[in-house]
Amino acid sequence: MKHVHEEESKYAASAKDFRKNVTRDLANEELRANFRGAMDYLMDKRKSAFSSADELEVLREQCKLIKQRCLAKLPHLLEQLEDKLEHNGIKVHWAETVTEANEIIAQLIAEKKAKTVVKGKSMVSEETALNDYLEARDVECLESDMGEYIVQLAKQHPSHIIMPAIHQNKQQVAQLFADNIDGFEYSTDVDTLIQQGRTILRDKFCQADVGISGVNFAVAETGTLCLVENEGNGRMCTTIPDLHIAITGIEKVVEHLADVPPLLSLLTRSATGQAISTYFNMISSPRKQGEKDGPKEVHLVLLDNGRSQAFADEELRQTLQCIRCGACMNHCPVYTRIGGHAYGTVYPGPIGKIISPHMLGLDATTNLPTASTLCGACGEVCPVKIPIPKILLRLREESVKPNREQPQVMQGQGAGRSAVEAIIWKIWAQVHKSPTLYALSMWCLTRCRFLMPKKLAGWTSVRTAPKLAATTLHQQIKAKQAKQGRG
Amino acid sequence: MQPVNTQHLRNYPKKPTQVYLFGTCIVDSFFPDSGMDAIELLEREGIEVIYPQGQSCCGQPAYNSGYKEEAKAVAMAQVKQFPLDIPVVVISGSCGGMMRHHYLDLLSDDPAINNFCQRVFEFTEFLVHVLRLKPIDQGEKERVALHTSCAARREMGVHITGNKLISQLANVDLVLHDYESECCGFGGTFAVKHADISAAMVADKSKHLVASDVVRYVSADHGCMMNINGALDYQKESLRGEHIASYLLNRIKGQSKAQSKGQSAKEAL
Repeated sequence: MKHVHEEESKYAASAKDFRKNVTRDLANEELRANFRGAMDYLMDKRKSAFSSADELEVLREQCKLIKQRCLAKLPHLLEQLEDKLEHNGIKVHWAETVTEANEIIAQLIAEKKAKTVVKGKSMVSEETALNDYLEARDVECLESDMGEYIVQLAKQHPSHIIMPAIHQNKQQVAQLFADNIDGFEYSTDVDTLIQQGRTILRDKFCQADVGISGVNFAVAETGTLCLVENEGNGRMCTTIPDLHIAITGIEKVVEHLADVPPLLSLLTRSATGQAISTYFNMISSPRKQGEKDGPKEVHLVLLDNGRSQAFADEELRQTLQCIRCGACMNHCPVYTRIGGHAYGTVYPGPIGKIISPHMLGLDATTNLPTASTLCGACGEVCPVKIPIPKILLRLREESVKPNREQPQVMQGQGAGRSAVEAIIWKIWAQVHKSPTLYALSMWCLTRCRFLMPKKLAGWTSVRTAPKLAATTLHQQIKAKQAKQGRG
Repeated sequence: MQPVNTQHLRNYPKKPTQVYLFGTCIVDSFFPDSGMDAIELLEREGIEVIYPQGQSCCGQPAYNSGYKEEAKAVAMAQVKQFPLDIPVVVISGSCGGMMRHHYLDLLSDDPAINNFCQRVFEFTEFLVHVLRLKPIDQGEKERVALHTSCAARREMGVHITGNKLISQLANVDLVLHDYESECCGFGGTFAVKHADISAAMVADKSKHLVASDVVRYVSADHGCMMNINGALDYQKESLRGEHIASYLLNRIKGQSKAQSKGQSAKEAL
């Protein structure tokens, strides 16, 4: 395997604690109310953003095909992107692991003897835990997206990929600001809160040496980095400091500039129900001679971190179609109940369940693919039609398959296999594929129904146990036919 | 992978004289009366119902648990039980979805599998699109809710056909409960493997159903009902779900649930 984890990341550890996290967060009434309210709001917003179901279907199909085409040509497009970017004066760096990505960024910052970084919202930098890495090297990182800023003040991680602080309500944010910001005028009015937060951030933009941002689409044809945002902080990060470093995953490359408008339209509408985001930045070069502003240097770090493992398998490759809109989590009944932190991964919700196993290994994430009823709400809303339930099934299969004699599809495969469970399913299959054994087992079960336990682990904590019928459907039909035969 | 929600694009056959019934393992062992009611309803429409005694389970429990080979062995054994070129009517949306869509993948090496999958119809789908059933309601006036299982909704379009059937009942007021389309939290082994998440989900589902102030709720899936009824029973709520086959039959015959074969005592949890 090319993709090796040198060290167990903190996310691998917290993903392993999934069950503990779930118990903790299910018990938190306030947290659950925050998620329910926010998800209801976002579902309504998305619904009202499309004029008709047909329009939505046509767009989804179009965007799925765009992403599939770009993925089919991924190696070629990445080379083309590098060529075009370098031609435009943007330096490209390749990172296979999160550590490599952090080293590259730390090196770029060290070369400039820079001490302060202001960051636009970037989930890939959460993936690499960049803030921790830089702060350990005496570089101050300030998150400038309002949600990320709140999360950073609270010493937490994002609980949602586009609304990082959605787990907090306005009272909690007001308290957080009161505890952490000097001169904060206490208010629970959302606009006032944001205004006060922004005043602090505005000063920081002007002082920062380095701006770090993510990328939503990297256009191979033109060498353009596209950044979608609502607060203007992305534009500030990418234009005010002299050094701009963008970081993104290799799957964000698209072939043509013309691929961007449909993807952008579907991204903003699926995410927040907006027809278009407030800002859309297209970065095609550093400051040119004679220009008065813009960064003097622009770098792009392209991160693999397990993506090429997903890419290698035709079915799992569809995971990489994701444009990170968050609609799958907004519509997920599990995410709505447990919230984003319980997953323990950078990416929570349905997309997190299918992408995290490639980043952290299926051994660390073995509880994630099973934590779904396969209700299909995620697949139904996914703007690029990722068959999330189907991929969850595939991951369950990889998780329980015997490790030996199998080709290695993904790191940690077979980690969820239990010998007892495997034997139970073997016996189950023997019984259910043989009409004689099935009839015999049902005969025994119905005869012994009085033995059926009243308590069934898990099930009867909130439900009564189902009762076996005295006679099965098979038996009742046989009896009916015998009666009719006689009659 | 077959696209979901394409049921309306199907070419439905003319009304046949014979159909197979796939009873499902849950109905077989826990709720056989629903199966008998489905047969009676089909027979009243002049259809001969063949119930192959060799059938057992569609294979979904193993398939959803990642045990594909085991699921495949069981799925193959089912297909063998339904050789005649007549419809296979399945009285559960999720088993129907398994046999109509997932068998195509699971049994892709069987050249005849496409023909089999084309013959699979979910029960309400069959009543609406093939039989074009127009039930004459003889029951008393009442309010009911409809709960559609997620697989039934997204793979078989049962929220449309179930709704259509109940809406045709003149004396029945179909009430939409809050979060109607949200999952009840069953999910097969999910309910055991992630019992606490499942518990939170079924708590909400049962709360919304009770709040809708109906005398009963109707569903085409006994998996969900085992979950929701079990929770309602545990909460000492009187509300119960009833399989749509039994409900329709009772409305047509003008029997309330309690009158019909003492079903509530025998069958409901």
